[in-house]
Amino acid sequence: MSGVQAPQRPLQAARAARAVGLWRTVGALLRKELLVELRTLESVPGMSLFAVTTFVVFHFALNRGSVEGDLAAGILWVTLLFAAILGVNRLFVADADQGGFDGFLLAPVDRSAMFVAKVLTLLAFLVVLELVAVPAFALLLLGAPLGPALPGLLATLALGDLGVAVIGTLVAAMAVRTRARDLLGPLLALPLFVPIVIGGARAISPLLVQAHPTAPAARWLLTLGLYDLVFGLIAYALFDFLLED
Amino acid sequence: MAALEVEGLARHYGEREALSDVSLSLGDGQTLVVFGPNGAGKTTLLRVLATLLRPHAGSVSVLGCKLPEQAWAIRGHVGLLGHEPLLYRELTARENLRFHARLYGVGEQRVGELLEAVAMDARANEPLRTLSRGMVQRVAVARAVLHDPELLLLDEPNSNLDPAAIELVAPLIGATSGRTRVICSHDPSGGLAEADLVLGLRAGRPALLRAATDVDRDDIAELYR
Repeated sequence: MSGVQAPQRPLQAARAARAVGLWRTVGALLRKELLVELRTLESVPGMSLFAVTTFVVFHFALNRGSVEGDLAAGILWVTLLFAAILGVNRLFVADADQGGFDGFLLAPVDRSAMFVAKVLTLLAFLVVLELVAVPAFALLLLGAPLGPALPGLLATLALGDLGVAVIGTLVAAMAVRTRARDLLGPLLALPLFVPIVIGGARAISPLLVQAHPTAPAARWLLTLGLYDLVFGLIAYALFDFLLED
Repeated sequence: MAALEVEGLARHYGEREALSDVSLSLGDGQTLVVFGPNGAGKTTLLRVLATLLRPHAGSVSVLGCKLPEQAWAIRGHVGLLGHEPLLYRELTARENLRFHARLYGVGEQRVGELLEAVAMDARANEPLRTLSRGMVQRVAVARAVLHDPELLLLDEPNSNLDPAAIELVAPLIGATSGRTRVICSHDPSGGLAEADLVLGLRAGRPALLRAATDVDRDDIAELYR
């Protein structure tokens, strides 16, 4: 057995002082996520292409000049959510397959940083998706230009995206270490996305009425905001446990 | 105080017992070499010491901190070089090391120094997927010592490395690095040459625990029969 005398160790407080701050860690993770996506182009192009293709299919399947109101709002939100699922499924794959989880867990960092970074990553992916999908939707399915509806639509999309990003990150972290991750992710995410579809579609439906477009219903925006808040808190509280052994 | 104090450690995966009743003590700056056939529990032991797995029974103290309660206190003081390089294939060697440097609060200068030390500075800006296994292993060595850890956990560290590369990484992870080390090995002569203490595992249980001076190649060969 060992017989070498151990020198005096530094205090545990000094060890803890080596820890890196939350936002620095989030910055490092976010930068890495975006670099990996830029190199692989595995998520955003697929999400965008899916959305545009779906609008094309609706355009021909509905066989009408344009859609409006509830129908238009429903088509937009359902398409965006299914496109988002593609990004959710890929969110942790590089970390799980290439040892990124272990590399992160070994570091003296707040584990919540990974949750925040992944939410921001998914949000960035959704924003790019919508930069492509919303004009395509207007072009292929809406009869009227989006101009006057744009501020209300952006506000609703922002609230919906936040909820999708939070729930998607939580679900992706749960699913990624299972064998059936490609199936489990959507199965867990879709029921949790239903309130976002309802709130989002109801909020933008008045904006997409061609005759007399009105502002989005405040109560649906509030519902979306509350849903985001509740799931944000739940996900933040649970995420560390999902990373633990 | 010892760098490692393990008493009655057990760890299982579902019904399967991966480690059982492992006890040892290792002093600062010493090297423990763990031998054993595939599936003997060597990697599980390293992962417990690295805080990646929780011990299910027994007590484990690493660098004076009890696991799992004080795992947070030793992160940043332990370097792990396992079978996986823990690097992203689409990023370059430099980008990977920069990423880890940010996680550990280490300056950019150290990244450059280590790339030079493992002779990867010329290929530092190429994606990892384009590099040979040996080159990736050299980058992984740089990643493991980036934050100048006190304790190194090495799982067959020389795999994929040619003799010249083994010599190259020796100052970083070898005996002259001055770090406390736990090495999993299948190489009796190389392992015994590095060891102060030898642990032999068979089916997760300790079959041999002696000072390296009291162990010969036949003792190691016996573990694999």
